[in-house]
Amino acid sequence: MADLKRFKEEFVKGIGGENPTFRLVIGMCPPLAISTAVINGFGMGLAATFVLLGSNIMVSLIRNFTPSKVRLPIFIIIISTFVTITDLFTEAFTPDLHKALGIFIPLIVVNCIILARAEAFASKQPLLYSIADGLGMGVGFTLAITLISTIREMLGNGTFLGHAVFGASYEPAIVMILAPGAFLTMGLLIGLMNHLGRKK
Amino acid sequence: MEKLVIIFFSVVLINNFVLAKFLGLCPFLGVSKEFKASMSMGVAVTFVMTMASIVTWFFYNFFLVPYKLEFLQTLVFIVVIATFVQFVEMIIAKTSPPLQEALGIYLPLITTNCAVLGVSLLNVKEGYNLIEATVNGFGGGIGFTMAMLLMAGIRERLELCEVPECMKGFPIAFIITSMLAFSFFGFQGFFAK
Repeated sequence: MADLKRFKEEFVKGIGGENPTFRLVIGMCPPLAISTAVINGFGMGLAATFVLLGSNIMVSLIRNFTPSKVRLPIFIIIISTFVTITDLFTEAFTPDLHKALGIFIPLIVVNCIILARAEAFASKQPLLYSIADGLGMGVGFTLAITLISTIREMLGNGTFLGHAVFGASYEPAIVMILAPGAFLTMGLLIGLMNHLGRKK
Repeated sequence: MEKLVIIFFSVVLINNFVLAKFLGLCPFLGVSKEFKASMSMGVAVTFVMTMASIVTWFFYNFFLVPYKLEFLQTLVFIVVIATFVQFVEMIIAKTSPPLQEALGIYLPLITTNCAVLGVSLLNVKEGYNLIEATVNGFGGGIGFTMAMLLMAGIRERLELCEVPECMKGFPIAFIITSMLAFSFFGFQGFFAK
């Protein structure tokens, strides 16, 4: 079962060693912009995972008859199709989330992670591994964005998923849910990941 | 006229695309290592953002709205922007080789710059007319360039500083950006009534 072993490898690398947010530092706009509350971060992660998985599957399926000269426009059209599906779906079923994420749902189209995986991985690899890669990268992205939004929501608002965690005497540091707090959290987290990665 | 001035200054200073709206971070972090490259990137982005605002405005109002196809805006905008960037690249290559040399690799990268698609989507969301949309695009580009140049200036000096090993590169860049965003808060209330 060499297949299964490789499937697992491709899946795990997106969560750990090649985590798109902390290791590759690509697709940084959404993790910074909408990580003000845990629920937004998690929702964004799921939306991006769906698009990533869908585009990886499609790109991998048509990889043998995609002319290499026009491959990028083709990828972009595939990706924006899935993004439009996500956009309409969230608008219909989770209107609050759709409102909170705002233009960052359509902006998944230009998220470098998705195009990068289509170009670097799915356009060259068989379907099964592309699914593993898409899922792994998506889960890695979701974990990263959820971690950042947990920190920001707890420090900046004193809550986790809307429930107070620090008791009434805690005065929230509002700056954490504003723009500077996002950059600060991200900088310190990547620094921490580098530090931990170096020790191993 | 007053409204245009307000749109311009608020998008440059208060709602700066990079520092307050988190758009266009990839080129902001990737290219801001040296001053000259930042300048070229800034000019290229400003040009494409302004033109993309105009082009997508026409597409939205004369093509998508009459046929009730607004739900296709993401798909149409990205295709229009990608085609437009390709077109500009071809024209520059034919007419001005020195300019092509300077902008060279930056132009294709702009297609996937979320500030460009972002400004087109925001124009629709805010319901701007053609002139307001153009000013918004141009101001957004100027704000982007300004943030980029500030960042490049700081990063060039940072080369001479001792930064802890694990904070080198991206982490310290994020922390500097955080401080820049902080200082830009000072502009809030500029237009408060």
